[in-house]
Amino acid sequence: MNYTSAEMMTVAAARALRPGIRCFVGIGRPSAAANLARRTSAPDLVLIYESGTIGAKPGRLPLSIGDGILAETADSVVSVPEIFNYWLQPGRIDVGFLGAAQIDRFGNINTTVIGDYRDPKVRLPGAGGAPEIAASCREVIVVVQQSLRTFVERLDFITSVGYGDGPGARERLGLTGRGPVQVITDLGVLEPDPTTCELTLVRRHPGVDVADIRAATGWALRVADDLDTTEPPTATELAVLRELEAASREEA
Amino acid sequence: MGEVTTLQGAIAALVTDGVTVALEGFTHLIPTAAGHEIIRQRRRDLTLVRMTPDIVYDQMIGAGCARKLVFSWAGNPGVGSLHRFRDAVQRGWPVPLEIEEHSHAGMANRFAAGAAGLPFAVLRGYTGTDLARHTDTIKPITCPFTGEVLTAVPALNPDVGIIHAQRADRAGNVQMWGITGVQKEVVLASRRSLVTVEEIVPELTPVAGGVTLPTWTTTYVAPAPGGTYPSYALGYTDRDNRFYQEWDAISRDRDTFNSWLDGNVYA
Repeated sequence: MNYTSAEMMTVAAARALRPGIRCFVGIGRPSAAANLARRTSAPDLVLIYESGTIGAKPGRLPLSIGDGILAETADSVVSVPEIFNYWLQPGRIDVGFLGAAQIDRFGNINTTVIGDYRDPKVRLPGAGGAPEIAASCREVIVVVQQSLRTFVERLDFITSVGYGDGPGARERLGLTGRGPVQVITDLGVLEPDPTTCELTLVRRHPGVDVADIRAATGWALRVADDLDTTEPPTATELAVLRELEAASREEA
Repeated sequence: MGEVTTLQGAIAALVTDGVTVALEGFTHLIPTAAGHEIIRQRRRDLTLVRMTPDIVYDQMIGAGCARKLVFSWAGNPGVGSLHRFRDAVQRGWPVPLEIEEHSHAGMANRFAAGAAGLPFAVLRGYTGTDLARHTDTIKPITCPFTGEVLTAVPALNPDVGIIHAQRADRAGNVQMWGITGVQKEVVLASRRSLVTVEEIVPELTPVAGGVTLPTWTTTYVAPAPGGTYPSYALGYTDRDNRFYQEWDAISRDRDTFNSWLDGNVYA
């Protein structure tokens, strides 16, 4: 069965969500992955959106974090101060999904600016909920397309902290969550080395060469000795994902 | 008291050049009509405050209303970047835009402190980020009980808070429901406020999950049916997702944007 690298990435992200966990979701690929997981491997996944909707069960992909379908299908709708203070901050949420404009070898993320902050080359939307999601969710999963533009040696701006400057940094900073446990891209999957915290390639997607992944990484990428290959998307995963995406295109 | 008046009258009374104004709405219930009225009245040098500045702030910035933006995420939700915001920050068009940048948790806590009558709020946030280096309204604070170092952010008390709700009664009591974001905090934190509503009804009946703002918490209430477009008011209007996508093309080019303003806001 044919599939795109973007579909492979979304499917891999959906598989990373274990049944029953509570997941903080943003719009776009994370939301597609979380909703795919809820329809396949993790039907009891609890979806939490920063608009204050807890336990949302949308019948189609929501088109914004404030989509009415989230409020109408949620277990509870709370205010924005409450979602951050009572739900995210104390570590009640298992997994936070984040994207990135730039990411470094320690999983630190920039979504603020390319170039100098006071004289930017490209001004991006900014932080939103990401800094505290990165700090306080028990685990973070980053979903991002892999390229030299994105996987950089040095971030132009640290919006959200992964492992800071390496081992011990999260503890020193008082960040309560574990940090990024997986970075899922269109080429493969990276995980932090247990000792050095440096992102290491642990899986490549079917048909992708390690050389291509290295070429899309702006630092000397470490590759696991027991490098694995991702299982391709199943027919069911692809059918459900395509149905979800088609339904949201119709809506738009 | 939430005096029921016209949108035009309320904006003229509340929003003068140079004031700090927060038009809040978290993708739902965005007070677009009020933003357009501010553009029409050609207000200048405003400090605009909002967690999620989106299309209506892009329009106000592009129309030259703003001197400064206090925010945590400035984008076109589900689509991408805001081109008028970007043009103002990168190239100072039509006027330079100063920014004061936070995270959502920080902004939400700043409004909550404002509503609570406290000078600042405490949270676990920003640690290790460059936001803490560039924004001087983010400071460390030591807990007097445990010695733990946390983050303090100052209260936000805008001169004017503007939100949109589903309905109000003739006495100006306001009712909203669905995703209500940070709107209650904004009204309570602001010195004066305006709530635009889909309709004025003889009597408010309870709605599940509803938030009520008694008339004595607001300054003005003004009918503005459909006034959240292209956002929506749950139970009244639908979000126009297509317009969010179209805005990307309209806003990319200064001339296209200006003719859009002429045809849709000034006209």
